[in-house]
Amino acid sequence: MFDSVREAVDRAAREGVSLGEVALRAESEAGLRSRVEVEAALARALQVMRGAIDRGRQGDLRSVSGLVGGDAALVARSPGPLGGTLFTDVLSGALAVQEVNAAMGVIVAAPTAGGAGVLPGVLLGLGTRCRLDDATLVRGLAAAGLVGAVVAVRASLSGAEGGCQAETGAAAAMAAAAGVEVLGGSPEEAEHAIGLTMQGTLGLVCDPLGGLVEVPCVYRNATGAAMALAGIEMALSGVRFPIPVDEVIDTMGEIGRRMDVRYRETAGGGLAATPTGRRLARERLVALKGKPS
Amino acid sequence: MVSLLDIIGPVMVGPSSSHTAGACRIGLFARALAGGQPGSARVELHGSFARTGVGHGTDRAIVGGLLGFQPDDERLRASLELAREAGLDVSFANTTLRGEHHPNTARLTLTRGDRTIAVTGSSIGAGRISITGIDGYPVEITGALPTLVFVAPDVPGIVAAATSALAGESANIATMRVSRRRKGGEAIHVYELDSAPSDGAVEAIRALGVRMVRAVPRVA
Repeated sequence: MFDSVREAVDRAAREGVSLGEVALRAESEAGLRSRVEVEAALARALQVMRGAIDRGRQGDLRSVSGLVGGDAALVARSPGPLGGTLFTDVLSGALAVQEVNAAMGVIVAAPTAGGAGVLPGVLLGLGTRCRLDDATLVRGLAAAGLVGAVVAVRASLSGAEGGCQAETGAAAAMAAAAGVEVLGGSPEEAEHAIGLTMQGTLGLVCDPLGGLVEVPCVYRNATGAAMALAGIEMALSGVRFPIPVDEVIDTMGEIGRRMDVRYRETAGGGLAATPTGRRLARERLVALKGKPS
Repeated sequence: MVSLLDIIGPVMVGPSSSHTAGACRIGLFARALAGGQPGSARVELHGSFARTGVGHGTDRAIVGGLLGFQPDDERLRASLELAREAGLDVSFANTTLRGEHHPNTARLTLTRGDRTIAVTGSSIGAGRISITGIDGYPVEITGALPTLVFVAPDVPGIVAAATSALAGESANIATMRVSRRRKGGEAIHVYELDSAPSDGAVEAIRALGVRMVRAVPRVA
């Protein structure tokens, strides 16, 4: 895959194709798998994402500790002021996948399990609202994968290394690229959507209560998806972010490297270290350890 | 080289690629080393596995692997109950392993019939694993390739005999490592192969008079 988003956008412009198409071409050129195999694997990932959203929206799942579950259904069913819009679809989709993850259900790590709700929430939310076919959505996944691959090489995709900006932040940047792809935007628009989204997640810490992928992870997937929607909408309206996207990605990596270890998945700081965060973790973890196994 | 499918994937049971998917793969690898499903398993969790493993389903994922379930198998969630039904007796303990270990490490002591094997493995991120010890021998195995393992007398000529036996059966070696606990005793041989070894290749190795010959399929 590519070392920079710029390089991929240049190639897309040269060949007159989208970023997702460039990703599919580059992947099959790498020689590990044929194009048909890559598309089939992405199509399977899409089905698993869809299944996880449907499962999570049923609302009956609880996480292993019992701290999270049921909120995807709450957002999907109760008509708030934004009820019935793309926005509620996207939020409930992201929550649903992450609730399934927390309940030991089947998800697609995209790029990680902890950030797995953002991309399906955005992509399938757009897919339903705009009646997009699966071939289009697979191209969206390819564009997202390309962005994730660049972030993996230039920065990090691990909360333990770079904080939540490297997990839900990277996922939001990936979702922004996917959204522009499936809505027919240009590679340049995708580039700006990625930058506009990622600038909003820079510095985000990883501070899960008790070290579990539950609170705030489930909600941070929903707000990550919202951030991606904001980036997509601005970019497709013509907003241009002045810092090149590769420099934004490098910045995320640099912030991650300098981030105190308390904010990198250790439950030593942030929300995990609040009085309530500590109390809930203590109660839930003790409850878990007390369970007969 | 990062592939699109490394980023959009794996398909897995949550909640954590390191604490759940990687843990399952350590169990799968240990099961294959034991030669099949063990009758009993002692699972010792170290570091972050000990601290947050239960909440991440690490215990269930390891036991699911011991039962032969893949990381995307929903039965992982119920593996502790399924183990009882399958006649696998499991016990857990938290521990601090001596020496340098990755924070996400487990030591599994498996008994199958009259044989016992101890396997130490770490989950090193994004579902990838490293098997670091077998019966006290230091090893380094990723599980991403078919792996041939055996224990042989620590005498000259075994490596040449083993590689020529593999070559005779057209098994191409990607990496190899031989390590021992002390000079002149026994040594463990680990060969990571490009494709699963044929039955003929495994028989040819067995014919060298070595013990604990195991062909472990790729688990990652």
